[in-house]
Amino acid sequence: MLSWFLQFGFPDWLAYGAAGLVKAILVLVLVLFVPMLALWMERKIAGRIQDRLGPTRTGGRFGWLQSPADGIKLLMKEDIIPAAADPLLFRLAPYLSFCAAFCVFVVLPVADGWAPAGWDSALFFFLAVAGLEVFGVILAGYASGSKWSLFGAMREAAQVVSYEVPLGLCVLVPVVVVGSLDLQEIGRMQEGWFTGWLIFHDPFVFLIFWIYAACAMAGLNRAPFDLPEAESELVAGFATEYSGFRWAVFFMAEYAAMFAWSGLGAILFFGGWNGPVPVASWLGLVSANGPVAGFLGNLLGMVNFLIKGFLGVTVMIWARWTLPRLRIDQVIAMCWKYCVPLATLMLVGVVLWQGMTLEWCSAPPADAAQEPSSIPSQWPGRSAGSGKAAPAAMWRFAGRLCADLQVMENKEEIVP
Amino acid sequence: MDFRRRKSLWNISNQGSTRFIALPPEEFDLQTDEIVVNMGPQHPSTHGVLRLILRTDGEVVKQVQPEIGYLHRCAEKIGENLTVRQFTPYTDRLDYLAAMNMNLGWALCVEKLLGWQVPEKCRHLRVLMAELDRIASHLVAVGTYGLDLGSFTPFMYCFREREKILNLFEAVCGARLTYHYIVPGGVMADLPPGWLQECSRFLDQFPPTLADLHALLTTNYIFIRRTAGIGVLPLQTAISYGCTGPVLRASGLRWDLRRHGEPIYTQMYAPYDFQIVAPQEGQYPDDGISPAVPDEAVLGDCWHRFYVRMREIVQSVQIVRQAIRFYQEASGTVGEPMKIQQKLPVAEAYLETESPKGQLGFLIVGQGTPIPRRVRIRSGSFCNLSVLSELCRGCLVADVPAIVGSLDIVLGEVDR
Repeated sequence: MLSWFLQFGFPDWLAYGAAGLVKAILVLVLVLFVPMLALWMERKIAGRIQDRLGPTRTGGRFGWLQSPADGIKLLMKEDIIPAAADPLLFRLAPYLSFCAAFCVFVVLPVADGWAPAGWDSALFFFLAVAGLEVFGVILAGYASGSKWSLFGAMREAAQVVSYEVPLGLCVLVPVVVVGSLDLQEIGRMQEGWFTGWLIFHDPFVFLIFWIYAACAMAGLNRAPFDLPEAESELVAGFATEYSGFRWAVFFMAEYAAMFAWSGLGAILFFGGWNGPVPVASWLGLVSANGPVAGFLGNLLGMVNFLIKGFLGVTVMIWARWTLPRLRIDQVIAMCWKYCVPLATLMLVGVVLWQGMTLEWCSAPPADAAQEPSSIPSQWPGRSAGSGKAAPAAMWRFAGRLCADLQVMENKEEIVP
Repeated sequence: MDFRRRKSLWNISNQGSTRFIALPPEEFDLQTDEIVVNMGPQHPSTHGVLRLILRTDGEVVKQVQPEIGYLHRCAEKIGENLTVRQFTPYTDRLDYLAAMNMNLGWALCVEKLLGWQVPEKCRHLRVLMAELDRIASHLVAVGTYGLDLGSFTPFMYCFREREKILNLFEAVCGARLTYHYIVPGGVMADLPPGWLQECSRFLDQFPPTLADLHALLTTNYIFIRRTAGIGVLPLQTAISYGCTGPVLRASGLRWDLRRHGEPIYTQMYAPYDFQIVAPQEGQYPDDGISPAVPDEAVLGDCWHRFYVRMREIVQSVQIVRQAIRFYQEASGTVGEPMKIQQKLPVAEAYLETESPKGQLGFLIVGQGTPIPRRVRIRSGSFCNLSVLSELCRGCLVADVPAIVGSLDIVLGEVDR
């Protein structure tokens, strides 16, 4: 988009500014559209699950009016800041949360090349910025001047900070497979049929996805992990004192983050914008066939991505209306006793899996005395057909590893 | 920031309220401040206007003190200013979730005082109503218990079924909550035509809902982890605190006034075949629907209290089925409501009946006029609530709603 602005001969600052503005508006539209749709889905799905008549009948055609009506109601509510609150921090908190949820969309590619910022370290940026959301919540709990809010904030701090660890480990597993932190690169790796999706790459990625799903839900404070706002225990937790627009901002941040995390899951495990069947390439809708075909292909990709993201949101909604809430000690225990060790195990497993399919292990084990000079500088890259001889390759890899370690050990003995 | 102001505004202090009993000093790795929190009277999970003063150390609750009286309406005093017939509608307002049972307790007590005997048909009709009402009351208990634990959907299922019972009651007496149907001397009106068929239809479609509830709550792993071993009430403590009803039975005592009460009450239930639901050595007799007891459950914990109610629903369904048959077979009238100005003898009568929440006792002291000299109400909920601070000692904040919910109190009956 920048080049498009530059071709008109604008000065650099204007071109950069204009491109940035357009992208920011597009992201904002997405971020505002996603919670609206997610809210509508939540209403409909909850109504169906709970056998309720209201949500399945009200609000115009398909109930689309209900979300705007709700938004207008929230906007028109009285702006209440409790006397005991810290006014500045109380006002700041929801926007901080929303900013974090909004900023992760900057690196989330909705289609090939359709990310506002296609950075090499997009995944790192995503994790870092998504982690900022907790600050808004902690600030809200601190600034509200209410004990229930404080309880909610402390739970949020304990829970989210704990779950950052397994989440970081979880996203590393697909990264090890792909060899890139660039979300667009990870998406491009999974082109073609659904068998090329990373979740079907090896058993470790398949298993880590389930840990990722659980940890993402815990990190998002969605039920059954919605302890910071547990309404039956803490009234509304950190959001107790919030109402009207500020509460709506928290709410939008939550739903936007839900979509962002399920979108990240779609990119890391389920092929991102690539559909299960390569329809776009059959129809010739690739950028090689000109910009229009590329645009249409990307449009199709975006639809794919949105469907996948909203499927993730649907699962979260489904879980919310089915399961009881966990207790704080159980949530933390689940994180440190199960998720972290399992994620670490999967990470080690996928490193071994990747390692045994490396080319240098397909060679016969090296002589123990030989220097380990044959380690290639390029880490990724699978040798063709190595999957068939997997056990043998694994043994070779292990043997090679032992041999190298022995060499190093011998060296240490020699050095003094 | 003005730091002094911040510290004072939460009113965090070690002194707390002087009403608290001093706790033995404990050693901590890190000495933390205790916070005194009000749970209620406006709190989502205190089941009405109950106020609990929690003394918390982080997430651990050191002490819970229930504060009652927010729904005190001088029911006993009103009873001393009205004739016993006029007081009947006031009994509706005691346990408003089981008003039929309240009516029944009052009516039987008045009849005991007067030495009246109602016709057989009336007795079966009363059993029919009381047991339907027991189902409705237990459905609220079970559903809101799910709500206390963060599971919203079972609540909707329970209320959907309860609505059907309320529809039946509405057809009988025109009211959905405060029935004023069972009155001293008989019942207000005979059943409308077609009512029994409607009731049978309800009973036929009802048990699958119980299976849903067992799937969503009783056997749900999170639910078991949240309730099993929490709030354990040993039998000796239960007896010494005067706990009755499902709370007592869940602690392992097979005690039900429908079988062990006074003759005027037990003769109503004599022809009926039903089990007294109480665990014997941790196990329950098979009733065809209810799942097995999980290994985690401890006798007298929240899980058992919940489970006893679930099983009592099954028993009540059986009783209602039998009552329909007995009612159809019985001949005679359904009794005649007593006159408003019926004079009472100079005597006193006390009668306890098995209401869904516990044993409900009425004491009437007659003075030769239609207006009694003294009316006293012994409330099952009140006694069950008294054990709360015992059960909550040292539990987590999240366990407090779980324990309160498992006691199944109704504040109308607690405060009277």
